[in-house]
Amino acid sequence: MSETIVLLDPTAELLPATRKRLPRPKELEGRCVGLLDISKARGDIFLDEIEAQLVDRGVSVKRYQKPTFARVAPVGLMQRIAGECQVVIEALAD
Amino acid sequence: MDIPSDGLIVVCKRDCATCRMVVPVLQELVLSEHPLTVYSQDDPGFPEEIEGVVDDTELSGSYELAIEAVPTLIQMRGGVEQARAVGWDRAEWQVLTGLERLGQDLPATRPGCGSKSVEPGVAEILAVRFGGIHLAARRIEAPMLEDEVETCFANGWTDGLPVVPPTEVRVVRMLAGTDRAPDDVVAVVPPNQAPCTVEKVAINAVMAGCKPEYLPVVIAALEAACVDAFCLHGLLATTYFSGPVVIVNGPIAKAIGMNSGVNVFGQGNRANATIGRALQLVVRNVGGGRPGEIDRATFGTPGKYTFCFAEDEAGSPWESLAVEHGFAEESSTVTLFSGSGVQPIFDQRSREPDSLARSFAACLRSVVHPKIPMTADAMLVVSPEHGRVFRRAGWTKRQLRERLEQLLQLPGAELVRGAQGIEEGVPAALGDATLPKFRPGGLGIVHAGGTAGLFSAIISGWVASGPKGSQLVTREIKS
Repeated sequence: MSETIVLLDPTAELLPATRKRLPRPKELEGRCVGLLDISKARGDIFLDEIEAQLVDRGVSVKRYQKPTFARVAPVGLMQRIAGECQVVIEALAD
Repeated sequence: MDIPSDGLIVVCKRDCATCRMVVPVLQELVLSEHPLTVYSQDDPGFPEEIEGVVDDTELSGSYELAIEAVPTLIQMRGGVEQARAVGWDRAEWQVLTGLERLGQDLPATRPGCGSKSVEPGVAEILAVRFGGIHLAARRIEAPMLEDEVETCFANGWTDGLPVVPPTEVRVVRMLAGTDRAPDDVVAVVPPNQAPCTVEKVAINAVMAGCKPEYLPVVIAALEAACVDAFCLHGLLATTYFSGPVVIVNGPIAKAIGMNSGVNVFGQGNRANATIGRALQLVVRNVGGGRPGEIDRATFGTPGKYTFCFAEDEAGSPWESLAVEHGFAEESSTVTLFSGSGVQPIFDQRSREPDSLARSFAACLRSVVHPKIPMTADAMLVVSPEHGRVFRRAGWTKRQLRERLEQLLQLPGAELVRGAQGIEEGVPAALGDATLPKFRPGGLGIVHAGGTAGLFSAIISGWVASGPKGSQLVTREIKS
């Protein structure tokens, strides 16, 4: 497909080269959790259960669905989730 | 590739008429039982008449032997080159091989062709491939299927605009712009006080879009920015608007095609745009000065992407900024100024220098705030049309500066807190004093801009100007 391209690090190399994940939130209070169904079979059942548990704990939840698991989420959907939620849980597997 | 340590070596290519012409000579050498190794750069099947031709289409042999033109004949003994002949020169080849009658049917001389290993752009690729240059920077692989421009964004290396991905080959090409070794330390860059090598400057210059010939300017700009008097650390961390402004003087400005004329502070000139940007990328990437982290600017200024221009010396009525600071006219320099943005001066009526000086003074008074003196420096940029007014009247730069200083002696009563219904101002105790708008040496004057337009410009400085903050720093540009 394509060759890997090697770049030279322009920084002072004070940090590890691997990209860091965003810090995980310590608690969910005051945050909105997005539940993203990628349109794979039974993802909704898994997310229904997660939603029930979160709601029991008083966490606000919003549900989203990708049109198809075969493609990345449409930009509009990603922007909506980013605008409305601080945490996202995706149901990835069948 | 193992180079034979003894015997004769000939490097050639089919695409070269002289190489094809000397094939009978190569046959003579084989018949004479000289140990002979033939390298072919473009076709291992050439010359058909010679057995065991070495396939050098990868050019590793040519690179190792530093071949500049083909055919090249080299005599090796004990792993050491004894002699070489470039192109066809019968007498030379005869001496080198010891065969007195070699190539007697051929013309006496024929120039060769350029070696494929020195074609434009190839030398750097070979240097990277065969280890001809050592680059110390950490290698980072762009993930498969990710656009490498996106990799640069994802790693946080950019100023918000796309950068040129810094591949090894591009960095080697950039380094050709300076005589300095890649591991030379140029400066210690705040805020992280990180030592910055020539190589790191080159990587960031690649990303900024510089040509190799701009690199010495970027290096000198970084040196100047990191001199203590410039106070880069404070300039980075301030909530104020300012950032480094790079002013280039001397012959290099013309040599690398910098803009000192039309739209001088605007877009469109590669050297202006990328030199200033390269400096900012070094500050970001090597120094760690990132907006929202140590960079706490309330507004910033678009000039923090890049702010670099050349002084128009040829059209100036005065000596240049660099000459004023004691540098020779023929030297090339960068001057670093902490600038906040461009404030226009509009005066289409003044034809007498005193009237124009009064216009300048009225506008300069508003730098930072009309009621605040001696806080920020300023760089007055006089346009060609305004410059002509002073030239006609025979005003020197010194005369203009002295007149501006006179006009900018401000009565304390107008400046004290509460005066003019404005709470901002100087303490009431200074009400009887007369205060200069600018500290001594705080007003710079340069000449630049397009030839049409009765405007000039003020680049207002940082509110921490002077010995306790940032001062103008000039450095000579060296290759």
